[in-house]
Amino acid sequence: MDATLKPRTTQEIEDAVKWAAAEEQPLEIMGQGSKRGLGRPVQAAHVLDLSGVAGIESYEPAELVLTVKAGTPISDVEKLVDENAQELSFEPMDYGPLQGLDPGKGTVGGVLAANLSGPRRIKAGAARDHVLGMEAVSGRGEIFNSGGKVVKNVTGYDLPRALCGSFGTLAVASTVTLKVNPKPETSASFVLSGLGDESAVQVLCKAMGSSAEVSGAAHLPAGVGAEKSRTILRLEGFETSVDYRFKGLEQLLRSFGSPERLAEPDSRTLWRTIRDVEPFAGSNAPVWRISVAPTMGPKLVELLRGKLDIQAFYDWSGGLVWVTVLDGLVHETEIRGAVQEIGGGHATLVRAVPSVRSNMDVFQPQPGPLASLSARLKAQFDPSGILNPGRMAAGV
Amino acid sequence: MTAIAMPAPDDAVLARRQDILKALQAIVPGEGVIHEEREMRAYETDALTAYRQLPLIVVLPETVEQVSKVLKYCHDNDVKVVPRGAGTSLSGGALPLADGVLLSMMKFNRVLDIDFDNRAVVVQPGVTNLGITRAVEHEGFYYAPDPSSQIACSIGGNIAENSGGVHCLKYGLTTNNVLGLEMVLINGEVIRLGGKHLDSEGYDLLALMTGSEGLLGVVTEVTVRILQKPETARALLIGFPTSEDGGRCVADIIAAGIIPGGMEMMDKPAIHAAEDFVNAGYPRDVEALLIVELDGPEDEVNFLIGRVEEIAKSNQASHVRISESEEERMTFWAGRKAAFPAVGRISPDYLCMDGTIPRRELPKVLARMRELSEKHGLGVANVFHAGDGNLHPLILYDANKPGELDAAEEFGADILRLCVEVGGVLTGEHGVGIEKRDLMTDMFSDADLKQQQRVKCAFDEKHLLNPGKVFPVLHRCAELGKMHVHKGQLPFPDIPRF
Repeated sequence: MDATLKPRTTQEIEDAVKWAAAEEQPLEIMGQGSKRGLGRPVQAAHVLDLSGVAGIESYEPAELVLTVKAGTPISDVEKLVDENAQELSFEPMDYGPLQGLDPGKGTVGGVLAANLSGPRRIKAGAARDHVLGMEAVSGRGEIFNSGGKVVKNVTGYDLPRALCGSFGTLAVASTVTLKVNPKPETSASFVLSGLGDESAVQVLCKAMGSSAEVSGAAHLPAGVGAEKSRTILRLEGFETSVDYRFKGLEQLLRSFGSPERLAEPDSRTLWRTIRDVEPFAGSNAPVWRISVAPTMGPKLVELLRGKLDIQAFYDWSGGLVWVTVLDGLVHETEIRGAVQEIGGGHATLVRAVPSVRSNMDVFQPQPGPLASLSARLKAQFDPSGILNPGRMAAGV
Repeated sequence: MTAIAMPAPDDAVLARRQDILKALQAIVPGEGVIHEEREMRAYETDALTAYRQLPLIVVLPETVEQVSKVLKYCHDNDVKVVPRGAGTSLSGGALPLADGVLLSMMKFNRVLDIDFDNRAVVVQPGVTNLGITRAVEHEGFYYAPDPSSQIACSIGGNIAENSGGVHCLKYGLTTNNVLGLEMVLINGEVIRLGGKHLDSEGYDLLALMTGSEGLLGVVTEVTVRILQKPETARALLIGFPTSEDGGRCVADIIAAGIIPGGMEMMDKPAIHAAEDFVNAGYPRDVEALLIVELDGPEDEVNFLIGRVEEIAKSNQASHVRISESEEERMTFWAGRKAAFPAVGRISPDYLCMDGTIPRRELPKVLARMRELSEKHGLGVANVFHAGDGNLHPLILYDANKPGELDAAEEFGADILRLCVEVGGVLTGEHGVGIEKRDLMTDMFSDADLKQQQRVKCAFDEKHLLNPGKVFPVLHRCAELGKMHVHKGQLPFPDIPRF
């Protein structure tokens, strides 16, 4: 019996999960299905489709707080806050282009389940940093609330944050409360051309360590989107402040060359390209998302270039490295070995066909005690193992 | 003594005290184990001083291996453990248990690694919050979360409480500034989370640990993000004839797209107490006083000072002063920073509460608080992190007058219930501890609290770490794990199916 269950309310989610728990019927938890290509393929007979649990519950711009149903399209939320001169500061990335799907898809619940953040992550924090409260249904089929609807709260364990990035394996979110922020008046990019990876990341780290309040720090090596390499810093805020800080960066980084200034809307377009990994779109070659200490980014890429035919670029001041392996194989041993060698971090395979993803650790494997703790946590939320089984790791 | 009861000590554990002492002395040699009553007195309370309890034994390990062995011994022998940092908790989070070992982490006091390029600092948990800033300020850096106890409180304690401070609307709480942890579970296992890279792999256990009030694990190493200090900071001191005007001004500042580095409000009793104490130049004829601090690049700050001044004037501000020097800025803050001791001068004792409300409810909450003040026969002064709606009502009482502590606690509980009633929460930054433990059922349902306790079960199935804190009722993990469902007896609803 393969079924798609499409609840319309939290109560109906609860009923569906209760049934699945009692019958031990695994469920694939889905919003619009735009992130099905992330993680390991789920072995489930039924789909729990949450796209019907949608709508804005309350939005109070002056309180910086937004409460929405988890199945609400992320594009609707972005449009609503934009109309009120606000934004989701974590700048959720869109995996659509990279995965060969339509852009602009996905739900709020999906964004949080995958903890999707963009270039502004280094200044404003990740998706999880903007989650204030959550109503969810556990794998036991019980509705629970945690967190609150105010921006400052330490009452009880921080479950709303902890559930971010759990890919629907612990609970099914039904309603979430997010912190929103004022949208910057304007933005501009400071672009240096022709730098090698090592000097480029020095530039990025130097700028991030200054008081220029940089909200994006990326490096596109030669051949990634353009012939010459581009080292890019984003400044956002009130116009007078952006101008002032741009001059400050010119002064600080003058030994690295003189910059080009990219204004709106070109600046915005460039950062969207970086956010959505567009240089690697339009191919089926495997793509890895690797998080390391920023200064270690170039060392990682150098190591990998010595072993594999790759293309790579850097976001997050050098700490987020996007790597595509051009021979079409995933090379997990080489990739994870290199991450280990430069002092650690984590590597996630974010583009590969399902047959490849089901036979490997898509997410960074964890050492024994941590893996056991994660399994115990899973068991406390979902004792029957019915929520997205195997999505993050075999058996979890 | 007071209304909040702790779990009854286990006589069997008390009877084993000598054995436990010997075992701990074998793990932590020399002066690292304290067992004389006279010496243990230093640990009998934290900053919630109305509650005192001598621990069974105090142990001060110096290495991760010792922490691991102590915890494993306690786990294997069913001995409770209360972890402790600097002991500055305002909610009783570090209150000892008569039948529990008090595990002080204050010998873990070294800065291990300063990495300016990666803007990360690795420290041991006993390093003070301000100690981190002190270690990096020669290069212009600082650690952003700044709880008012920052000179004394430890970073390990900040993790446990998810501490905030006056700058957290712009710069975030502890949870937004921590990159990595090493911790020891009650079974002695050592686990590392995160590091100098961003985002944890797998479940976000960093989020769970931060604010877990010592119930999930013992932190032995912390990696935090540091920031370059803002280029400059200036402040405005704004007085309003009513709290409504002040509240509207705050909302208008945020609506204008401005997130100040700090935005603090005080009510009339707090203004007067502070002014009497430090002569900061606060106007006495206002109902609400707002300090707005703007920090960042100089051009931006100067520009925004003008914007905020306009907004203040359009909201009936009766007094507006703008700091023209660093000295003047510090004077504006002097009264606010001295508000607690100032209140301590006008009242023998005070209780500091810590609820958060949606800001729009401020006038209503202040009015209701005045009614409650009359009902309980006790005075109250309010200081308020205005940007994020975090209230700190200070309830004035005299512990030497019979019944006044009880009345103050009841008043405090009424205030926190009021916060929840208007859509807020019990605690914005001080933690639940024992202080708000019995109010958790006012904010959360039974199902909410049970799911939280199941998290505890994944970390500490025997409930040995800091029991009696946070949760009003301790459920056994076996009981929490039961599934109350039966096949065939479920209401299967009318859900669209395809």
